[in-house]
Amino acid sequence: MPTLWIRHARVIDPAARRNAVGDLFIRDGQFVKSLPAAAKAAARQIDARGLVACPGLVDLHVHFREPGQTHKETIATGSRAAAAGGFTTVVCMPNTSPVADNAGTIQYIQDATRRDAVVKVLPTGCLTVGQKGATLAPYGSLKRAGVVALTDDGDCVQSNELMRRACEYAKMFDLPIMDHCQDASLTQGAVMNEGAQSTRLGLRGWPHAAEDIIVARNVILAEYTGARLHLQHISSQYAVGIIRRAKARGVRITAEATPHHLAFTDDALGTYDTSFKMNPPLRTAADRQALIAGLRDGTLDCLATDHAPHTDYEKDKEFDYAPNGILGLETALAVALDVLVRQSRFPLTQLVDLMTRQPARILGLPAGTLAAGAAADVCLFDPAEKWRYDAKAGFSKSSNSPWHGQTLTGRVQLTLVDGRVVYDRGQIVPRD
Amino acid sequence: MPWNRRHLLTLEDLSLAEITQVHTTAAAFKRTLTRSVKKVPALRGKTIVNLFLEPSTRTRMAFTMAAKRLSADVISLDSSSSSTTKGETLRDTAQNIQALQADMIVLRHSAAGSPLYLSRILNIPVINAGDGAHEHPTQGLLDTFTMQEHLGRLQGRKVVILGDILFSRVARSNIHALTKLGAAVTLVGPATLVPHWFTELGVKVSHDLRSALADAEVVMLLRIQHERQASGHFPSLGEYTSMFGLNKTRASWLNPKAIIMHPGPINRGVEIDSELADGERSVILEQVTNGIAVRMAVLYLCAGGQPELVYAGPDPS
Repeated sequence: MPTLWIRHARVIDPAARRNAVGDLFIRDGQFVKSLPAAAKAAARQIDARGLVACPGLVDLHVHFREPGQTHKETIATGSRAAAAGGFTTVVCMPNTSPVADNAGTIQYIQDATRRDAVVKVLPTGCLTVGQKGATLAPYGSLKRAGVVALTDDGDCVQSNELMRRACEYAKMFDLPIMDHCQDASLTQGAVMNEGAQSTRLGLRGWPHAAEDIIVARNVILAEYTGARLHLQHISSQYAVGIIRRAKARGVRITAEATPHHLAFTDDALGTYDTSFKMNPPLRTAADRQALIAGLRDGTLDCLATDHAPHTDYEKDKEFDYAPNGILGLETALAVALDVLVRQSRFPLTQLVDLMTRQPARILGLPAGTLAAGAAADVCLFDPAEKWRYDAKAGFSKSSNSPWHGQTLTGRVQLTLVDGRVVYDRGQIVPRD
Repeated sequence: MPWNRRHLLTLEDLSLAEITQVHTTAAAFKRTLTRSVKKVPALRGKTIVNLFLEPSTRTRMAFTMAAKRLSADVISLDSSSSSTTKGETLRDTAQNIQALQADMIVLRHSAAGSPLYLSRILNIPVINAGDGAHEHPTQGLLDTFTMQEHLGRLQGRKVVILGDILFSRVARSNIHALTKLGAAVTLVGPATLVPHWFTELGVKVSHDLRSALADAEVVMLLRIQHERQASGHFPSLGEYTSMFGLNKTRASWLNPKAIIMHPGPINRGVEIDSELADGERSVILEQVTNGIAVRMAVLYLCAGGQPELVYAGPDPS
């Protein structure tokens, strides 16, 4: 493995409060403070003038569809999309086919990851058997198999009693629970946010109350049981308020927001475009602003993409019948730069924090830092480069992106995992 | 003004001038309906496919009748006879219909937005015959046509739409047409079926029948579906009728010249008393008849016909 000398980058490392033009040194897959003169002379130099060098991005919420739905995505293609988006660590949801509610399926994912992945792909296990919300999954054996969290993403546990037991049982293993907050009784048949727009379009509305109620329940159970609870893809202004008040009281709870909920509102649904159909649904301008405010003041801890691939023929349907979800990995950084940095005046360091150190902290992952001795996962990006995103030419196996065909600003140039360049200006770098 | 629209998808998209054009064209076609020979050769040689993926009696028959009066050939497909039951997608079904050289598709579908979706796939005109809870544009056109026959201009006229508004495509199309024609629209019904969001469409929302009906010149009733009770939108049909059913006493609150409308099918004794449905103020069957003329106008215009040819045209018989 070559020794690397990344030169003249704007180095942003939120954990070290570093934000200055400088160099990064990488040896044996790890960051080092400096290199001996001989090693420096022999190092492969990367001229990063004009680029930002930050820790490899971390995404707590992706769907890589393997096993069982490999027509949509695989660990090979999904991890390449991640690398192209600057992500070096991603956390996979367990709603595969079969669902990852047992050690065998986790082992399968781990084997496929070792064989096919170009970034670090970490599995989660189900909260309940079959994601059916009736019986606890075997957290002990899931943990031994390597899951980093538990979640029934997409199928929120409806029984408060079962959720309480899940919290208590998971706490024993110090496993975080990631919950998709949705009261199913309030969202029967719903396909978009409930409001003026759903009324106009005649589509079944999904009230934000369905999210708020479960967010409130989870705050209560997190406080009651002391479990580590993480709230997935928060979309509602009211929910942001619940989380803010809970955190002010010291409740140990964390939450994420997606780039698409920051970028769009339900106004985007005017032509029934299924590229904007997702769960939770796009909401109103007030909700969008509340999410941005929540990220600004730390109520919401991190960004997560909810990268959810579906084939063209699955999405190309009547709005009611199309599946929920969109791609996110290859566009997340550019969209976040646009919405948070350029439009909302977040410092660039804060954006990097929200995409690196914060998500790593939530699950306690060894990522999100440029500190000496840490794994040399790096994202090098040009915050000003304009590029046209062609989802069909992307690395994901699917192309269901609302940003398809748009010109975005801010592009990843190089992605390094454990000191190896895995993505270099549009190309995945094959292993030696 | 020439007619430039190939599809009829919504009334929200239509301008006031276009709505007026349909009405004027429909009035001309309506005169042909009472002749002994009722056919006109306007669409001779054209084939219209009625793709009805949701049950319908009135709308489908009226579209069929309208197409036949225009001398078009008509093929009707419903969900039980189409390949959708074998899992064929709407896209594939519609593309096959186009490949079979149909000249126009009339679509009824339970999914809102599906006519727009088809219009973007196909090269032939798509006419929306009702899409989910979204719109039913020809119904809105025939309802406003009927109102104008009785009241003249609708500017400033007080119109009440009463019943299950939330799930009603008829209500939405009427709201768009009526607001463009300048009518003052009030939606009435239980709060669960008339959410406040509708005010953003430029209409009033009320849950008080008496004040809403006071001096109204039109009351349009919408069918109360039994399944809404099971889904908890109101306690019972009996309670609905006691609160919002139109009976003789409540009809007396209306303007003395008011007309009573209903797009059908009627639940007698639930949303309307039988004597009112059959009474002299009821224009329910006129709506049905006007439905033929309005749909003739829509099919004719969207097939490329120009309105002035119909107004001025010689008697085809």
